[in-house]
Amino acid sequence: MASENGNNGNGNENGKQNYTISAFSENHIGLLNRITIIFTRRHINIESLTVSVSAIKGIHKFTIVVNDTREKVEQVVSQIEKLVEVLKAFYHTDDEVIYQEIALFKVPTKALIEGDELEATIRKHNARILEVRPEYTVIEKTGYKEEYLELFEALKKYKVLQFTSSGRVAVTRSGKELFSNYLQEAGEVTVVYEGKD
Amino acid sequence: MKEKTNTTKQKKTIRITGADAVMRSLASEGVTTIFGYPGGAIMPIYDALMDHTDKIRHILTRHEQGAIHAAQGYARVSGKVGVVLATSGPGATNLITGVADAMIDSTPLVCITGQVAAPLLGSDAFQETDVIGISMPVTKWNYLITKPAEIPEIIAQAFYIARSGRPGPVLIDIAKNAQFGELDFEYHKCIKVRSYVPKPKPDHKKIREAADLINQAKKPYILFGQGIILGNAEDEFRAFVEKSGIPAAWTILGASALSKQHPLNVGMLGMHGNYSTNIKTNECDLLIAIGMRFDDRVTGDLKRYANQARKIHLEIDPAEINKNIRVDVSVLGDVKETLPLLTRLIEKRSHNAWIEGFRKADKIEYDKVISKDLHPTKEGLTMGEVIRILNEKTKGDAIIVTDVGQHQMVTSRYFAFTNKRSFVTSGGLGTMGFGLPAAHGAKIGAPEKEVILIVGDGGLQMTIQELGTINQTQAAVKIVLMNNKYLGMVRQWQQLFFGRRYSETYLLNPDFIKVAEGFGIKGKKVLHRPELENAVQDMLDFNGPYFLEVNIEKEDNVFPMVPTGASVSEVILEPQK
Repeated sequence: MASENGNNGNGNENGKQNYTISAFSENHIGLLNRITIIFTRRHINIESLTVSVSAIKGIHKFTIVVNDTREKVEQVVSQIEKLVEVLKAFYHTDDEVIYQEIALFKVPTKALIEGDELEATIRKHNARILEVRPEYTVIEKTGYKEEYLELFEALKKYKVLQFTSSGRVAVTRSGKELFSNYLQEAGEVTVVYEGKD
Repeated sequence: MKEKTNTTKQKKTIRITGADAVMRSLASEGVTTIFGYPGGAIMPIYDALMDHTDKIRHILTRHEQGAIHAAQGYARVSGKVGVVLATSGPGATNLITGVADAMIDSTPLVCITGQVAAPLLGSDAFQETDVIGISMPVTKWNYLITKPAEIPEIIAQAFYIARSGRPGPVLIDIAKNAQFGELDFEYHKCIKVRSYVPKPKPDHKKIREAADLINQAKKPYILFGQGIILGNAEDEFRAFVEKSGIPAAWTILGASALSKQHPLNVGMLGMHGNYSTNIKTNECDLLIAIGMRFDDRVTGDLKRYANQARKIHLEIDPAEINKNIRVDVSVLGDVKETLPLLTRLIEKRSHNAWIEGFRKADKIEYDKVISKDLHPTKEGLTMGEVIRILNEKTKGDAIIVTDVGQHQMVTSRYFAFTNKRSFVTSGGLGTMGFGLPAAHGAKIGAPEKEVILIVGDGGLQMTIQELGTINQTQAAVKIVLMNNKYLGMVRQWQQLFFGRRYSETYLLNPDFIKVAEGFGIKGKKVLHRPELENAVQDMLDFNGPYFLEVNIEKEDNVFPMVPTGASVSEVILEPQK
């Protein structure tokens, strides 16, 4: 999932940088496909994608990270918002959002028993142990991608049995809650029919 | 028809099958005409259709592509939603070209396809195909119905979404079990979908900014598109043009939004548009784009497109703003609402000196191109002279339908469009095979009008089987085949840009008159100029469908032309050495 050019996504090569796109939608079958088609058609790679519930009941949130130009991202966001079942879509640069990812590592428990080194590494990286079994131990690290990749490097000498990481979750730094205001106006009824209550 | 009235609830509902509910829902939406083709997975709906033929007429085409293009023609001339029925699998996939065409040209359609029963979904059942997945990128909205109770609400949403805002095609896939199953039926039209904003509200501040730019401009220029027709805003647009005194040029789909005879209508934009309209794009000081989307066939090289001008964009779809061209002021909303607000704020002006420049360029184009096209002195017949005779005979009072290619460009350039909604052509997708079925649908949608199809020999053969449908309905479509025995537009490009290497563009054609007659349609072939006028008259006088074939000279090319990658100011009037 790393960017092709090897940068961490914050660089400004060819005017490209990381953008976090948030789209709020009705919870309907197929919407994920509708959204990803918009990227596929324009030959844009999705760096990460998270679908989750939002703070508002019945409304789903897509958090999508892409590395591209502001111009392209602007267009993609207006195409996403154009989808009938999408209420609103926004995009933000990395410094406009607070974001985190989560990584899980499965390592042999042997390493934990044989010395203090692994425990020190876990402490140093602000990670935590989720579960210890005779055969394996599962470590969790929440943070930026660079941080958990650094931990991954440090764990390699203990033989990492499994490694997995999530997509980005993000909230905006702005004090204004544009979407909440919009939603209050939109109301709670998803479809209105003439003469029907 | 089995039905029980259910009065236990307060509301009056009736217990009917899903298939019957489909028909009743369509009738409740005011549908009077359906184009379609039956098959296994849609048989319950076809069975229910038999009980509703007093309200709904079904036209059996010869191919599903014929059905959807006919529905497009019907929708484009009537302003109503076109309705199509097809079965699952191949029936549904045969619709896709038409769906994509309707999507890019913003035509309101509701396509209903049958689907295998819900328990079989994903099992590779007979004639199962994922039409929801296939049609997703080319529909405004689509939905798979698996339960009978969903039918009325989803159909109501489908019609609302298809026709509101920027119109487009909607596809509803109905599993067979939902057609067979029963529901308590009541119908309510959809009036709002929370997540969908069909028309942005006009922003008065932006309208003020636009008016200020217009009032300051010395050489303003209007570019108008189909948005005016889709918004039924032809009158509001004419009022705006006349008060502003600004010359106005059209995209191919905007063709009949303002009469061609109007003194401020300066002609067609784009690759095969007029000479003046293209060069003036790079001379104006203000571009006012109305209901158009800066298609690449209109703009040519974007880097060299109207850089000198400020730009205003009146548009209903926010995703079109700054998509291809960055604008200074965007006025979002339905032009039916925004144009009168803008007209009120602008000063009454005339721009005679600026318009004179268009006239001068028109004179150059007339001498170099138009006179030879319309009044040729060479032996072979030209497409232009056929259109000139049609103008003389109809006075522009006809609905013109075309296929795609050279004849399409010649027709848009030369036909004297006078009435609104009088031009049906495949613009964005450039779908060969569109013409014949679309003309049939147009005649069904506007039976009181003269409907004339202009078609090439290539495109005709892509959907020629629809002659059978026309014979069955006896809709009086007048078919004019411009036969040059070549895929003319491709041949023209090969001549101009590929060193006359005519790769696979020659067609060994059938005897079209015999083919037409075989389908029961009267036909006549014109080989020489002296026969043309009477032949056209005979065609127009004939009471019923008619097929007129005109032998066109092979090397009849379309000019002016903005070659691919060139700027609009580099429009050429003749082949370059």
